[in-house]
Amino acid sequence: MERAARNETPTGDGDIDPAGTVLSVRDLKVSFALADGTVEAVRGVDFSVASGETVAIVGESGSGKSQTVMALMGLLASNGRASGEALYRGEDLLRLSPRKLNRIRGDKITMIFQEPMSSLDPLYRIGRQIAEPMIFHRGVSARAARARVLELLKLVQIPDAERRIDAYPHELSGGQRQRVMIAMALANDPDILIADEPTTALDVTIQAEMLRLLKELQERLGMAVVFITHDLGIVRRFADRVYVMQAGKVVEEGRVDAIFAAPKDAYTKMLLAAEPEGTKPPVPASAPVVLEGRGVSVSFHIGGGLFSGDPFELKAVDRITLRVRQGQTVGIVGESGSGKSTLGRALLRLIPSRGEIAFEGRDIAGLDLRRERPLRRQMQIVFQDPYGSLSPRLTVGQIVTEGLLVHEPQLGRRERERRAAEALREVQLDPAMQSRYPHEFSGGQRQRIAIARAMILKPRLVVLDEPTSALDRSVQKEIIELLRKLQRDNDLTYLFISHDLAVVRALSDWVMVMKDGKVVEEGPTEEVFAEPAQEYTRRLMAAAFLTQREGEAPAG
Amino acid sequence: MSIAEEPVTLQEPAASGRSLWQDALRRLRRNKAAMTSLVVLCVMALASIVGPAFWPHPYDRVYSEYVRVPASLEAYPKEDRIVPEMERSLKRARVAIGEISLKGDTVHATISDEEEIDPRITRYVDRSDLFSNARLAEKTADGKGAVMVADVARLRFIAGTDGNGRDLFARILMAIRISLAIGLLATFVALVIGVAYGATAGYLGGRADNVMMRVVDILYSLPFIFFVILLVVFFGRNFVLMFIAVGAIEWLDMARIVRGQTLTLKRREFVEAAEALGVSDAGIVRRHIIPNVLGPVAVYMTLLVPKVILLESFLSFLGLGVQAPLTSLGVLISEGAKNMQGASWLLIYPSIALALILFSLNFIGDGLRDALDPKDR
Repeated sequence: MERAARNETPTGDGDIDPAGTVLSVRDLKVSFALADGTVEAVRGVDFSVASGETVAIVGESGSGKSQTVMALMGLLASNGRASGEALYRGEDLLRLSPRKLNRIRGDKITMIFQEPMSSLDPLYRIGRQIAEPMIFHRGVSARAARARVLELLKLVQIPDAERRIDAYPHELSGGQRQRVMIAMALANDPDILIADEPTTALDVTIQAEMLRLLKELQERLGMAVVFITHDLGIVRRFADRVYVMQAGKVVEEGRVDAIFAAPKDAYTKMLLAAEPEGTKPPVPASAPVVLEGRGVSVSFHIGGGLFSGDPFELKAVDRITLRVRQGQTVGIVGESGSGKSTLGRALLRLIPSRGEIAFEGRDIAGLDLRRERPLRRQMQIVFQDPYGSLSPRLTVGQIVTEGLLVHEPQLGRRERERRAAEALREVQLDPAMQSRYPHEFSGGQRQRIAIARAMILKPRLVVLDEPTSALDRSVQKEIIELLRKLQRDNDLTYLFISHDLAVVRALSDWVMVMKDGKVVEEGPTEEVFAEPAQEYTRRLMAAAFLTQREGEAPAG
Repeated sequence: MSIAEEPVTLQEPAASGRSLWQDALRRLRRNKAAMTSLVVLCVMALASIVGPAFWPHPYDRVYSEYVRVPASLEAYPKEDRIVPEMERSLKRARVAIGEISLKGDTVHATISDEEEIDPRITRYVDRSDLFSNARLAEKTADGKGAVMVADVARLRFIAGTDGNGRDLFARILMAIRISLAIGLLATFVALVIGVAYGATAGYLGGRADNVMMRVVDILYSLPFIFFVILLVVFFGRNFVLMFIAVGAIEWLDMARIVRGQTLTLKRREFVEAAEALGVSDAGIVRRHIIPNVLGPVAVYMTLLVPKVILLESFLSFLGLGVQAPLTSLGVLISEGAKNMQGASWLLIYPSIALALILFSLNFIGDGLRDALDPKDR
């Protein structure tokens, strides 16, 4: 594997000076023609990439960082237009005919995308998908291509490559698929590899492995990497130089260490400071218990239909016991598939479960729909995706007051509007926005609306199901502050579900670590973060804080 | 974390709320084909509603002397028929005939005789079907010469007449009215039943969904014609029956579409959020499911209307549809098809009307689909 890789090392050795610039972009502008006029996504960006270096482009959503590289690759949406100049070895990518551009992209400049699930065609075996660019660009024979594919799969460290080469994408895990994507991108020894948020959709432990792999490959193959991300931790760890983008412009650029040591631009400073901070003091042991679950299990029956084969039972949550006290924030962490969201829904009685669940000492597990309704007032939930959790056909006012219609049907319209205004003010939104529709708001604003919908009922317990995961870091910080304030003001109890350890550490005073439906470790936040007892927890933390400030121990 | 990488967001919300429907309407307005179709359809609908009141010929009036006359902008009877007829009448009166001329709705003939002209000879003229109110004018001093003046009933049939001598244009107007009414009402029936049924089945899921959808499958397997004949046998021929029969068949498709949409909507977090708020099942279906399925439903509706119009034509063709003298586009076209060789206008004009309606509805449907396209926001 080593040898094979070395044989293939950089193609560019002969014709360019290793420190020379391979890609230089001048005054790149990208605009989109929309119904309401044109929107300028990128407004004059300059950057350059030297051969073999890692350049990061950092920015929050909407900063135009993805559109910048999409324009280079000729992948803009049909209503998009790019102007400026992007020289790759003397050729202007923006002015090449599609045929000439195709000779370069997928060959000399390749790209990996955020979603490994959707960037592979489910109908073809991965071996064939990786071989395709080789056969297309190099005219390699099928047999030679297969040998090369095998080599590449080993290079990206896919276990059991001989067998995996004939697998279909759905047979691979998310991390493996992303490795396949990388193998595909490496197939023709590119000069430049563009990685557009390649780790965002992956679990932390896999994220860390992936970054390590990319770094290794780059050192071995000597290509330049353009890394697009919103995660400053990754930048700090992996990039040589960084461009910080905001609203379509580069606001700051320079060497990574220099920028992290002394950021000049206010926006960069804000980004750097956007890591969640603070801790939550534990509640006294005498605080009353709000929610108690004993032996809570949730299982899904799969199959068992007439034609769907033998039934089997998937235990998503397996005999979990927990106790949540008044004013407490219990953090539930785990990777995807660990059952943490299912547990949250089971405790709210949104899905059927076995075991005992008691709310304020009263058993609620066996209640029917009608007797359960008053409980809904006391227990609320905020969801992860602020885009999916608000009905697009209702106004903000209608969304926020929906609970009032159920629990206080006697209220008149005026009174409901007053309460909605109050709730919106509580989440720091302008109450005048009541008559607008959700699609007119940003992600952070929508999440505030979702929180207002839960808060208007004055609940005792709120389950927060990854409420910050879909948001930018800076917005995340605001939401965390808001949640803290609401908890203080209303003496709320939170069940905080997240895969983001940094956020959990900042917000909760008790942590439960879940894996495969079971709790592997739990305890006061400080203790768990300072000395994780279980191997799994340690691995999770090592991966999560890999991207944190270097040298700083991940202590509470 | 940042999942959606949008091009610089238009974060400043507009001054007042703009719902998805308003957005869609704006996009629809820019679609020229759809807007033109909408105008055409509105004009046709309006013409079919108020037109018959102003049109000189009632749709069921039989002009026995003008059976199956071709479409013409010229009025009937034509000059080449009036003049010989006048000559014939005057010959019977035994007077010498001079010049015969047609001036608007009156015919003038100069006559002369050896004796004084008897005023009663106007009867000979009145006796003809074409002329009325014959009178003598401009008598010469000796009474031996005069001008015979008679009124002619001149009728225009711009689309010709049918085999019974009824004005085709009036009948087309009536047919558009009936066809559109059947199309819209049957679609409305299908919409109400289909949306309620589909949304309920989809939302309840599980066993209820299974049972409800199997019922739909069973109804699907009933032959449509058999079903209509059964209805006709039980209730007799009836205009309203058409709506019920067609609507009762078409809701099956609608129910399936709505159920499918509901299944995907049900897993959206806003439905779950409503459940967590304690909203009842009926409330969720009403407030969250139905408003969100209306987009695809509106599109399907515009495509269903032409389908229903065609179905009605088919039923009328079999004699199970509307009854004479009432008519529909289907009836007219089937009659036209029978007379295609001798009287092509009987087929051409109703077909144009139907084609216009179908094109318009299809364009509107396409436009709506594009306008409501949830390339998500």
